[in-house]
Amino acid sequence: MKFKKSTYWLFLLPCLLAITFVIIVPFVQGIYYSLTDYNGFQISSFVGFDNYRRLFTDQNFLNSLRFTAGFSIASIIGINVIGLAFALLVTQKSNKVSTVFRTIYFMPNLIGGIILGFIWQFIFIRAFDGLAQLTGWGIFNDWLASTRTGFWGLVILFVWQMSGYIMVIYISFLNNVPKELLEASTIDGANAWQRFRHVKFPLIAPAFTISLFLTLSNAFKVYDQNMALTGGGPFGSTEMVTMNIYNSAFMTREMGYAQAKAVIFLIVVATISVIQIYFTRKREVDL
Amino acid sequence: MNDKSYSRYSFMVIGGLTCLLWIYPFYLVIVNSFKTRGEIFTSPLNLPIDATLANYPVAFARLDFIQSFFNSTIVTAGSIALIVFCTSMAAYALSRRPSKTSSMIYFIFAILMLVPFQSIMIPLIAIFGKVDMLNRTGLAIMYLGLGSSLAIFLYFGALRGIPKALDEAAIMDGCNRFQVYWYIMFPMLKSTTVTVIVLNAIWFWNDYLLPSLVINRAGMHTIPLRTFYFFGEYSRQWNLALAGLVLAIIPIIILYMFLQKYIIKGISDGSVK
Repeated sequence: MKFKKSTYWLFLLPCLLAITFVIIVPFVQGIYYSLTDYNGFQISSFVGFDNYRRLFTDQNFLNSLRFTAGFSIASIIGINVIGLAFALLVTQKSNKVSTVFRTIYFMPNLIGGIILGFIWQFIFIRAFDGLAQLTGWGIFNDWLASTRTGFWGLVILFVWQMSGYIMVIYISFLNNVPKELLEASTIDGANAWQRFRHVKFPLIAPAFTISLFLTLSNAFKVYDQNMALTGGGPFGSTEMVTMNIYNSAFMTREMGYAQAKAVIFLIVVATISVIQIYFTRKREVDL
Repeated sequence: MNDKSYSRYSFMVIGGLTCLLWIYPFYLVIVNSFKTRGEIFTSPLNLPIDATLANYPVAFARLDFIQSFFNSTIVTAGSIALIVFCTSMAAYALSRRPSKTSSMIYFIFAILMLVPFQSIMIPLIAIFGKVDMLNRTGLAIMYLGLGSSLAIFLYFGALRGIPKALDEAAIMDGCNRFQVYWYIMFPMLKSTTVTVIVLNAIWFWNDYLLPSLVINRAGMHTIPLRTFYFFGEYSRQWNLALAGLVLAIIPIIILYMFLQKYIIKGISDGSVK
């Protein structure tokens, strides 16, 4: 009972058309734009690799890359430590209470970055001000007004948002750890830490690879939260790569130049993802 | 015995405290949305002295809430319908006609997952602008292009578990391919469809950047877009801004209460498989 060729292509057509016009054509066109002085309306000259050369001396862009990398590293550590801790906690018991915990930890993840950013803008500006008055501690003063606090503000927001998501991944791996194994180790006298370190940890290793790189690529692509929480300020010092690209495309209208940044961004993100796939595969073989 | 009650105790305490910490930002936003502007300024951490509902009607009107909610619903539901229908069909074709071409197409979808949206954003907007497709239909098509890889993988995985004998029996009985897909396969893919809907609904409903470039016209604004402009205008008036945020969050939380089980399962299946 063969699948007729014409039907086959008909079934595939909508998706193939969509990826062609939404990703493939823009991708090729983008590489072309990056070699021109495109301003959104017209291309007056072909500039070769000038845009790329300019990138490597553009302090704002390089800063945004550094800021994004720093943000990603801090977020990945925070999200995975907290996400795993939550997962270990809620898998201790399977009752109503643990479902409630899980529901609450996951909640921020359902809400859009724009709204989350505004919620935290309120927390950092008004509520922290209240905390400063209450405790008299200077640490709560003027959040989001400096690069450092803006940085940590973004990290806190993102950790709060993503930990519940990563928790769900860890939970699904933890649920696959055989009960008999845990019981056997308990009978053999293993304590909670030993059970985690020697039984659960090796068995959920693939979850680490998935989670680490999922958080990494998500952290690199953050835009909405950045936009709503700090707007890149003060003076563009908390601008991430995506916002830097957006601004040179739609604010200063240097689309050709912005596209050169976008190509570099693509290379960075794609490289990260390829490394992820490589390690995930390798691990699967080892197991 | 002692060990057991100790573990139960620590479970409740640690879990309870972290949960309080986790919902504290929501709590603060909600509590302050019932205060006057002055009271938010002087005592943001306390409960309202005399709670007022006055912020809500104003925020409701300025957010153009009913219109924004309607716009968000149209965009989300329309895009989901398109993606569910097209990707399940494509995955069905790929899974039932294994060949070099199919592997190649599957591989192309996989490769395209590596492309982050921002790296194609500029030409994408230029191209769709040229053919006058910067509207809701254009947006749904963009979502189909950007979201098809993941959805096809999920459907493809599920279809592998459905025996081909079933297709053959149906065709013997006189069904054509589309009927087999629609009446037999699609209903069997229900749990995958739930996953695809959940993952994409969260994305489409909350998305800001792409809609801001595509449907940024008064009357077309979705909730995130409208919230963004509203917040920009009223950021000095926290009482209104916070009431607006609460309004924007309510629909999601209500849906989450009812569909919690499916949502968590969808997220888990979507990221692990």
